[in-house]
Amino acid sequence: MKRRDFVGLTGLAAGALFLPSLPGFGGTLVDPARLLEPGADTTIKKRLADAGLNAAKAAGASYADVRIGRYLNQGVFTREKQVQNIASTESYGVGIRVIANGTWGFASTNNVSEAGIAKAAQLAVQIAKANSKVQKEKVQLAPQKGYGEVSWKAPIQQNAFEVPIKDKVDLLLGVNAKALDLGVSFINSVLFQVNEQKYFASTDGSYIDQDVHRIYPTFSVTAIDRASGKFRSRQALSSPVGMGYEYLMPKAADKVAGPTGSDIIGYKYSYDMLEDVASAAKQVKQKLTAKSVTPGKYDLVLDPHHLGLTIHESVGHPLELDRVLGYEANFAGTSFATLEWKAKNIPYGSKAVNIVADKTQVGTLGAVGYDDEGVKTRRWDLIKEGRLVDYEKIRDQAHVVGQDHSDGCCYSQSWQDVQFQRMPNVSLQPGTAKLSVDELVKGVDKGIYIAGNGSFSIDQQRYNFQFGGQVFYAIEKGKITEMLEDVAYQANTQEFWNSCAAVCDESDYRFFGAFNDGKGQPSQSSAVSHGSSTSRFNGVNVINTARKIG
Amino acid sequence: MAILSKDEAQTLLKKVLSYSTADECEASLRGRTSGNIRYARNSVSTAGSQNSVSLAVESRFGKRSGIATCNEFDETTLRRCVQRAEEIAHLAPESPEYVALLGPQTYLSPPSTATTLLTAITRAQAAADSMTLCAAKNLTAAGFLDGGTSFVAKRNSKGLEAYQQSTNTDFSVTVRTADGRGSGYAIADVTDPAKLNAKALTQRAADKALSSVNAKAIEPGKYTVILEPAALMAGDDLSLLGGMIFGMGAREADEGRSFLSKKGGGNRKGEKLFDERITIYSDPMNAEAPGNAFDGDGLPTKRQTWIEKGVVKDLFYTRFWAEKSKLPATAFPNGFIMAGGTQSTTELIKGTAKGILVTRLWYIREVDPQTLLYTGLTRDGTFYIENGVIKFPIKNLRFNESPIIMLNNIEAIGRPQRLAGCMVPPLKIRDFTFTSLSDAI
Repeated sequence: MKRRDFVGLTGLAAGALFLPSLPGFGGTLVDPARLLEPGADTTIKKRLADAGLNAAKAAGASYADVRIGRYLNQGVFTREKQVQNIASTESYGVGIRVIANGTWGFASTNNVSEAGIAKAAQLAVQIAKANSKVQKEKVQLAPQKGYGEVSWKAPIQQNAFEVPIKDKVDLLLGVNAKALDLGVSFINSVLFQVNEQKYFASTDGSYIDQDVHRIYPTFSVTAIDRASGKFRSRQALSSPVGMGYEYLMPKAADKVAGPTGSDIIGYKYSYDMLEDVASAAKQVKQKLTAKSVTPGKYDLVLDPHHLGLTIHESVGHPLELDRVLGYEANFAGTSFATLEWKAKNIPYGSKAVNIVADKTQVGTLGAVGYDDEGVKTRRWDLIKEGRLVDYEKIRDQAHVVGQDHSDGCCYSQSWQDVQFQRMPNVSLQPGTAKLSVDELVKGVDKGIYIAGNGSFSIDQQRYNFQFGGQVFYAIEKGKITEMLEDVAYQANTQEFWNSCAAVCDESDYRFFGAFNDGKGQPSQSSAVSHGSSTSRFNGVNVINTARKIG
Repeated sequence: MAILSKDEAQTLLKKVLSYSTADECEASLRGRTSGNIRYARNSVSTAGSQNSVSLAVESRFGKRSGIATCNEFDETTLRRCVQRAEEIAHLAPESPEYVALLGPQTYLSPPSTATTLLTAITRAQAAADSMTLCAAKNLTAAGFLDGGTSFVAKRNSKGLEAYQQSTNTDFSVTVRTADGRGSGYAIADVTDPAKLNAKALTQRAADKALSSVNAKAIEPGKYTVILEPAALMAGDDLSLLGGMIFGMGAREADEGRSFLSKKGGGNRKGEKLFDERITIYSDPMNAEAPGNAFDGDGLPTKRQTWIEKGVVKDLFYTRFWAEKSKLPATAFPNGFIMAGGTQSTTELIKGTAKGILVTRLWYIREVDPQTLLYTGLTRDGTFYIENGVIKFPIKNLRFNESPIIMLNNIEAIGRPQRLAGCMVPPLKIRDFTFTSLSDAI
């Protein structure tokens, strides 16, 4: 760390590093300069990985994979006029997964030496053999060719770790100053940055080196009416993305206006944080006096930053094959979209609903060259013209649905956790006919336009859900009329997607991101993007969430 | 060396502090040794173990602070860690929220260490018992067993010395019928693993699974409910009681953005917000759910009442906010105890003319922080009660309810049970608001 990184903060009354830990950030606290130091060379990593693979085979494994991972994180946290915390972390170690006696075993170590890795490999085989005694069915892996020595690098333009901390602090405190100038009571702003340097090797003959980047700028502004005691917040309309610092360099071409009268601006591949906070400051004050919604049936017009989360919960999760098969029954749940359900060809949605899984889309959170079990990533259809055609699966699940390939969606949050099936990017395809958001709204007689994601909840089989939002506008006779508050909608997944009447065209398409999607026991976090264009859903049940307490 | 004794830990920390040249320095050690096993479809899916110790050093020069961590403890690494914390502190800006480190403190000694722990073999055996029981009845079990020992030690240049070791084991199991038409759940956490009976818990979940088949739909609306402890508190997600109690921060309330904010300014401490039968406190010395002896700042925990006879008695004051408010700081507890009566859930059912028994609530999210309105769904065993007996299973329901409103609609409070490190009684509540039906099983 260089002094200049902090010089200049003092005058801004910035705070110090009094928050000891970061949510979801593993590893040890390091000097930010450490984040720019190169990791081990691939020649060394190959030698280390081979030590693990050979030890596993010698101990009786029929298959083994080794993941050498260096996970780098940085978080900058501010509120109002002060910095709350700046922390840079590094986590480095090795995870080894084996099959012995037809059963999985896993062990990890931060002793990144040939001896340390070999020892972990032997432990993984021991665990596999111990568990095989209570194993009913042997693991069956879809065939996977070895790729030899290959690499993949996220096509970022600027590594966020290269940007001086001072610049990041200046940006966030500038955002806070703007909000405070515009009269909000409180603001918290945060910038998360992630770099996963992952090396994967397996007994199939793959040696894969990858460099993955993610960034997530966000804020929350709060307005308080002291006299009435009422308070309201508005979160940022940014998305976490699989990009570098270029995401924070706004371009006019990436801005998408919401419907006329809505005062909403959406963002594609770059984000204007100062512009968004100015909108948020204005809207959060309007929220204090906005009309409370009358409950009933409305046609909903959902912007992509909102719809992304609905896609995530009601399509992304139910089509995870491990849920469908019951592996998540004790915590995350199972799925309504069973294999029997699929076989009956029951419509998941209307003809307008085309949903694809894609781990190759540039700039998304799910984009990698290869997954964490060495499978090249791909794009495939999940729902075609409303019909469920496929699931999300990994190597040991493909045979259950009669397939001979994995979809490449195996992921582990770190070297010390075992990899398992996670959601790929799951996106609603834009409509093929030209349709703007204004044209879409024009056809709505009684509706609500919802931007941003708010409270969200769905049952353990993904039938019944309830979603809120950040900003709501009434639509009457084809026009946005006024802001609404206390809005949440409840629906059944199948009914909801069958009520999809129209999807705007590609010019409106953009990504929402889930930065910390939790699943598994112990729980692991994963990041995933969901693309869509503004869409219309007819006759959805809207409830009023206002209550009175003592 | 995941678990250091008090002497080992303090000797190491003393050494760390001896390297410090800062105005103030605090060093903390944390370690855990644990193991887990996860199973589903009556077969083991993953198993793992964890052994870790880490050191955090906070160095302060005036109001500037720096933190560095390491997980190796040779002299060179320790010296580098202290040096790095000092470098960061020199570069950091002054904190407007600076509070001096605590001096020597006196701590209670919570009864929290078990003499024996589960091993990989005993964990596998517990999982096997659970799976065998289910397989024999053509049921499918999915469960997770996780347990171990942890320690935390602190020492600082002002003379503070703290050490605590604790053990815990958590087990949960979901049992489903082979046709997927019934599902039941049971959960327990214990300090002493000898008290964990995975087989009996699996039997309870299996009974619920079998009796929840052929669930009938009822109209959503306001119902009398009996919420079992697992429907009130969860260790792995937001819960009706946990969300409310751990959200009782004084700062947010004083700032005007909490359900405890007062119209016109200030907070609602001293106001009666709940039914007079509601008393919630924390007590690190509770025999069944012992707590931490100190919080992250080293503040001693003690028996502290948050809600007494329906009145808000205290809020959480961080050291900074306490100084600003000229009030004592409150150590943040890791659990709470809700006072209850003597009735079991079965006895509460017996005294119910019409109502709904809820085993578990799921995917609870805050809808409105102003009123603490939460939404979520019932799961894994929801039954209709009539004339004191369970009549039939019912389909799951979504609720929209605030714990503030719920704790004003108390009909009866049962006998508290340990859950997620807390003591939580089953509650009988009138007019609990369900807003829609779910087809999920």
